[in-house]
Formats: sequence, structure tokens, C-alpha cells
Amino acid sequence: MAELSAAGGHPRPTSGVELYAWLFMRVSGVALLFLVLGHLAIMHLIHNVDEIDFSFVVARFENPLWRMYDWFLLMLALVHGMNGLRVVVDDYLQRSGWRILILVGLYALTLVCFTAGTYVVLAWHPGS
Amino acid sequence: MYRGGEGQWAWILHRFTGLGVLLFLVIHILDTFVIVFGPETYDKVMALYRHPLFRVSEVGLAAAVLFHALNGIRITILDFFPEWSGRQRQFFYGVVAVFVLVFVPSAYVMLKPLF
Repeated sequence: MAELSAAGGHPRPTSGVELYAWLFMRVSGVALLFLVLGHLAIMHLIHNVDEIDFSFVVARFENPLWRMYDWFLLMLALVHGMNGLRVVVDDYLQRSGWRILILVGLYALTLVCFTAGTYVVLAWHPGS
Repeated sequence: MYRGGEGQWAWILHRFTGLGVLLFLVIHILDTFVIVFGPETYDKVMALYRHPLFRVSEVGLAAAVLFHALNGIRITILDFFPEWSGRQRQFFYGVVAVFVLVFVPSAYVMLKPLF
């Protein structure tokens, strides 16, 4: 495994795709701090799981701004999380024959989640 | 590998909380997708989250997200300001302090309906 920075993160790669992935994790992380903690505060502190049902979601999705909020949250969290898992897989399975198979599965799952999530958040309407 | 101390604990916790939150994210995308099957099916799935077991897991999820977010900010700050990396330990205690300050009242609000 690569040496870690003092804070316990991967050190900045020098160039290429890995440099952009490294930068993406930090930039999306800052955005997700607000998006995720905002989502948790709204759904679990202001509202709570007793209130969240079909009509709650339909009422919320009438405002396109909430759909946009949820889509940015979905997209950034999914790519951030799946890239994190990719880094973990690369750390532990560098020489394993399973590596490629696991990565292909991971990308396929990401695509399925992205498509299903985007459909619900941006396109779905009650009765559609 | 990182050798010992707060930095290593932060690293281990960052990995485990990240993997845990990602697992829930995939479940949450699928449970939200159930809405396309109509109100009866969706409400039945949402009712699962009201079970006391899930309410306690909900608090665990909030804790994982909060720690991962705060420690991620710590990593990002130290990456872009390497001149502060000698203080990574103080930054870690800062993460722990903010975590406790935000988590304790939030957990109280989330668990209140159980009692």
C-alpha cells in the first residue's frame, strides 16, 4: 500500500486520472459536507422517519429545486463513494485475479444506481 | 502504511465509516426507487425504517456520516496546507470535539420518539 499523508489520506498523485480522482474526492467532499448534512438535518431532525411516506415525497418533488438538490446529492455521493471503494479495492487486491472482476461489478452497480436514482429524482411523477 | 497514533485511528475510522455509508447509499437508492411501484408498496417499505432497530441504526448512520465528513475536511485542509501537517493530532481532536458537540443533541432528537 502507498505511504499515507500525515492526516491519513492518500498523498497527492503527480498527474493523470489519479490526480483528478484525488482532487475530485476533496472537492466533492466539501460539497457533500453541506448537501449530506443538510439532507440529514431536513429528513431526520426537522422531519423524521414517521412523516416520510409517498405523499411526503410527492409534495417535496413538486419543487424542481428539491429535485436538483437530490440529484446533485445522488450523483456526488455515488461517485465519491464508489471511487472510495475503488481505492480500497486497489489497496488490498492489487495483485489478485479478482481485481478486474470486482471493479467491473462495481462500475456496473454504479451505473444501475445512477440510472435508477436519476430516473426517480428527475423524471418520475406520481401516475407515470 | 501509517504507523500508530491518532492519524492511524482517523484513517481506519474513515475507511469503515465510508464503506458503511456507501452500503446504506446503495440500499437507499433502491428503497427510493420502490416509489415507482406506487403508494402502497412504497409506504410498506418506508414503515420498516420506523422499527426501533432501524431507528438505532439511523443514529449509527448519522454518526458515520458526521465523522467521515469532519475527518474528510481535516484531510483536505492538511493536504492543501502541508505547513500545518505537524498539527494533524490537534486537528484530529478538533474533529472529535465538533463530532461530540453536533452528534449528542442530534442523537437525542432522533431517539426521542422511541421513549
